[in-house]
Amino acid sequence: MRIKQLLIGITASVIAISSYIEIAIADLKFPMLVYRTGAYAPNGIPNADGFVDYYKMINARDGGIGGEKILHPECETGYKTQVGVECYEKNKKDAMVFQPMSTGITYQLIPKATADGVTVYSTGYGRTSAANGKVFKWIFNAPVTYWDGASIAIKHILSNNSNDIKGKKIALVYHNSAYGKEPIRTLEVLSKKHGFKLMLLPVDHPGQEQKATWLKIRKARPDNILMWGWGVMNQVAVKSAASIKFPMDKFIGIWWSGSENDVLPAGQGAHGYKSLTFNAPGTNYQVHKDIKKYVHDKGEASGDGSHFGTVLYNRGLFQAMVQVEAAVVAQKMHGTSKITPAMYRDGMENVKLDANRLEQLGFKNFSPPFENSCANHGGSGLAAVQQWDAKNKSWSMITDYMGSDRAIIDKLIAEDSGKYAAEQKIAERCN
Amino acid sequence: MSVELLNFIETVLNGLMSGVMYSLVALGFVLIFKASGVFNFAQGVFALFAALTLVGYQTGQVPFAHLINELFGTNYHNWYASMPNFLAIILTMITMIALAWIIERLVLKHLVNQDPIILFMATIGLAFALEGVGDLMWGSDVKVLDVGIPSGGSIWLEEATIGLAAEGSDYYGMYIDVLNVWATIIAVILVVTLALFSQYTKTGRALRAVADDHQAALSVGISLRTIWILVWAISGFIAMVAGIMWGTESGVQFSLSLIALKALPVLILGGFTSIPGAIIGGLLIGVGEKLAEIYIGGYFETGALENWFAYVMALVFLLFRPQGLFGDKIIERV
Repeated sequence: MRIKQLLIGITASVIAISSYIEIAIADLKFPMLVYRTGAYAPNGIPNADGFVDYYKMINARDGGIGGEKILHPECETGYKTQVGVECYEKNKKDAMVFQPMSTGITYQLIPKATADGVTVYSTGYGRTSAANGKVFKWIFNAPVTYWDGASIAIKHILSNNSNDIKGKKIALVYHNSAYGKEPIRTLEVLSKKHGFKLMLLPVDHPGQEQKATWLKIRKARPDNILMWGWGVMNQVAVKSAASIKFPMDKFIGIWWSGSENDVLPAGQGAHGYKSLTFNAPGTNYQVHKDIKKYVHDKGEASGDGSHFGTVLYNRGLFQAMVQVEAAVVAQKMHGTSKITPAMYRDGMENVKLDANRLEQLGFKNFSPPFENSCANHGGSGLAAVQQWDAKNKSWSMITDYMGSDRAIIDKLIAEDSGKYAAEQKIAERCN
Repeated sequence: MSVELLNFIETVLNGLMSGVMYSLVALGFVLIFKASGVFNFAQGVFALFAALTLVGYQTGQVPFAHLINELFGTNYHNWYASMPNFLAIILTMITMIALAWIIERLVLKHLVNQDPIILFMATIGLAFALEGVGDLMWGSDVKVLDVGIPSGGSIWLEEATIGLAAEGSDYYGMYIDVLNVWATIIAVILVVTLALFSQYTKTGRALRAVADDHQAALSVGISLRTIWILVWAISGFIAMVAGIMWGTESGVQFSLSLIALKALPVLILGGFTSIPGAIIGGLLIGVGEKLAEIYIGGYFETGALENWFAYVMALVFLLFRPQGLFGDKIIERV
């Protein structure tokens, strides 16, 4: 009996000590909602690999953030909203920030995270009007929103048409989900302003079959096509556009429709396809050298390391860098390395990534500079256009980072967030 | 001819071609259901697995490379640069036959005489297991599949039909993807070969005997297990053909397994036990959904009828003819 009690005692002590050690060693928890399986895995994997490699590099090179190691538990969502919410509930205790990697999940988490006091960072996706920090205290979507994206795409089309697109026909091929529907309102307003005709073409999940959609496009002959797609929808759309011989340089995808995955299956047919972006592709940056030195060369790469430098991997690096920077700012603001979720939120709200800071972090010329503030959680709203070269199998940036039509976007954000504030009875702050 | 009429013909033709692609998936379901009464939920994953394996062989990818490298600290990814298409297809066929044998040994053998629902549940488990094995074996990246089948719009058809419209009308000629034409030719060859095989070979007749009556077939000395392996291998081969066609169109990726969902309404329309039914059902679904999307899609605010209209057709059909167009008539004896 005594031996049994002794064994139970020892086991309990070991469990208690090991859980204490875990908290003591890795006390900055950055849970990751990932999709490494299912229909959207080809996009989810490189992005998640970028996050993990960056966190590992910070832990190895800097010993963590201010001496506190980063703990980054993964929870598989399969890009399913309900599973994403379950992942959030499972991991929210002591979490600094959640990156839902899905607009659907983000919409569900907005009220929950606000009530729980947990920061949600939906980098360039999610609910656009969350850019209004006066209403959405815990939600951030910098550096650029979908509505900025819609406006920047139209701006690019304007610049290619001597600033006159009156009477032109522009089609939006979109994922029939919360994500795909985000730009519609903005495009409707922009179509009134610039006099173009907007054609809306939804494609249901997963988007494997789009023949009727492209027959419609072939008959309607729009002057330009915009795409808000994800996963196989992108590949089929690019291939279908090539198949009906639509001029690829007049086909522009949002930044989630502009990875190598989206264009490679179409082969030479994808040559000239454009997409918006807020991060550069390639490996010619200091951050890549550091990851190679501290992570890959030690055999610690996430996955097989084959996504290193791809568009979505690099986006993961950017997203992780902003999340780490928010913790750095929070530690400085509050004078402690052991920050709480509330302190972390303060850090995110005061992130300032200007050209100098980006260079210090190894991201020189990698992404647009931006800063958050109490009122602005949407960053600078800058994005560039990149174009696919099918011969060299590479993306190249063909414009500088450019801004959106602020007069329209800010008004729309104020309208939508105001409606949300009224529904949820949220008092505006930052006044 | 009026442009409207030409556009209508183009929509119907494209619907028929898409229907053939659905029929390719549905055929595999029908074969297994006829021979063993099993509704193989894993048929879509079969197509995915076959396509993944084919690309893996073509590109010389080391199977389970990620797992091997993780376990042994090695860095193996490819063992040769490329393999000729023909050889890769033969090796994939052998792999699919081996898979059929493994499924018979590990799953079906142990479930003989169980209720159909138990077998159905087993195939659901099989689908998830096989998807996981495929991921572990070949990785989740989008893979480019090229076995030399041409794809893209037919220039010949476009030029041949452009003059059919009235002069001065805004018409660009008819559009058909060459890949779909090839899929149609291959499907026709496949169906004819299957018909000849089941009609004129000893094994084919044994297969039909098992499909008609398991007990009677057993009583005349036909090995049920051998027939099951054979049927699952044939449906694996059909899955490979479907995987090649769909994979060439969209790249090989895990959403390919969802094409099985497209086969369900086809089967409801055509019947679960009829090969001609699978073909006709596919064609009806293909034409129906394309016409719906193009001609009535605009009246729906949400749009995207192309994906769900097939199920509406199937539901309506179920009300009037639950056994499908060519399925065996359901007779319930009291």
